[in-house]
Amino acid sequence: MYSVNYHRASSVADAARLLKNGDAKLLSGGMTLIPAMKTRLAAPSDLVDVSRLKDLQGIKVSGKAVTIGAATTHYDVSTDEKLRKACPALAHMASLIGDPAVRYKGTIGGSIANNDPAADYPAALLALGATIVTNKREIAADKFFKGLFETALKDGEIVTAVSFTAPAKAAYQKFRNPASRYAIVGVFVTKGKDGVRAAVTGAGEDGVFRSKEIEAALAKNFDVAALGNLKVSAKGLMSDIHASADYRANLIAVMAKRAVAAANA
Amino acid sequence: MSDVSLTVNGKRVSGSTEDRTLLVHFLREHLGLTGTHVGCDTSQCGACVVHVDGRAVKSCTMLAVQASGSSIVTIEGLADGAELHPVQAAFKEHHGLQCGFCTPGMIMAATDMIARHPQGLDEAIVRAELDGNICRCTGYHNIVKAILAASAAMSKGAKGKAKQAA
Repeated sequence: MYSVNYHRASSVADAARLLKNGDAKLLSGGMTLIPAMKTRLAAPSDLVDVSRLKDLQGIKVSGKAVTIGAATTHYDVSTDEKLRKACPALAHMASLIGDPAVRYKGTIGGSIANNDPAADYPAALLALGATIVTNKREIAADKFFKGLFETALKDGEIVTAVSFTAPAKAAYQKFRNPASRYAIVGVFVTKGKDGVRAAVTGAGEDGVFRSKEIEAALAKNFDVAALGNLKVSAKGLMSDIHASADYRANLIAVMAKRAVAAANA
Repeated sequence: MSDVSLTVNGKRVSGSTEDRTLLVHFLREHLGLTGTHVGCDTSQCGACVVHVDGRAVKSCTMLAVQASGSSIVTIEGLADGAELHPVQAAFKEHHGLQCGFCTPGMIMAATDMIARHPQGLDEAIVRAELDGNICRCTGYHNIVKAILAASAAMSKGAKGKAKQAA
């Protein structure tokens, strides 16, 4: 790791001020950033640690309205009793990230700000139609995830929370790489008052995306049977040593069926 | 450089270190606590697992300055004098190791796992929960046996004491 200056922010405003130092980066759980720094894929001059800010922590559930602080860990999301009642699919999804030690440190804000094309949270927030709250504005998930490791966040902008309305039905199914534990394909489906949404991670060349094919098939009938003839195009899907685009296209259909079955169970 | 203050295995320690120093290197090289190992150095293998504020995390994926102010327990802090912690005793009894390199991380992950499942563990849970700890010798069978035995022993009698040590 190259030399770096560490700062522990005392508030979100303090973090925004500290971010103006050189080529500073926010540090939350560090489960992606620190490994990237160790291999010198990332070399920020300064780190601004926001993981201990109380304002960024915790889960609020009020009826169907859910708000999760950006520095809330995957472990806390996966075990929160209120969230497990309001939106069990999201708690379940958090329990599938990495391994137990990673879930104790990694945070929801860090995951979405990084927008890894195989991360789980981007699919969940896109399918939930979530709102990403920053220190400057609110951004709809549909406009937040822009491409590979690219988001709508501007310089100095800090994710403070995410919020969404819990859907009537939802589930996430993931076919994971056994070594990295990232999704080779993950599909999150929801059925809420605004209809059906289905988001796919791990597969798209431009990162997470909504599958129009799955959404159209499920619009009239939210049932596995409606996906019987689902054909997913391999166009725009990734090919790498783990899976070809055609294999991923097939996996999207398989994961979509499993997710709908789980959502209806 | 930054000042780092920690409570490690119940003792207050402090020192000055480069901001880029990883917690595992601070423990091993500054404090001489070499029981915590560096295996893969890529956050996969779990040989470096220690407890930070009661949670089992990978000390190779955390800066020492990030941990400043926290309470750390390493493998050296588990035993009560000459008496092994129940998880250590179970690893010995069930031969849950061969070369022993992964063992400190395995035991720190196992004590955390047992604490999170006070209702008890089964084999499927143990295997799933060991996702972040890699062993290249044993094939995991005896590690799983040892953790199940420790979980059963700790929920039976020595509950208060074991909890304290963990």
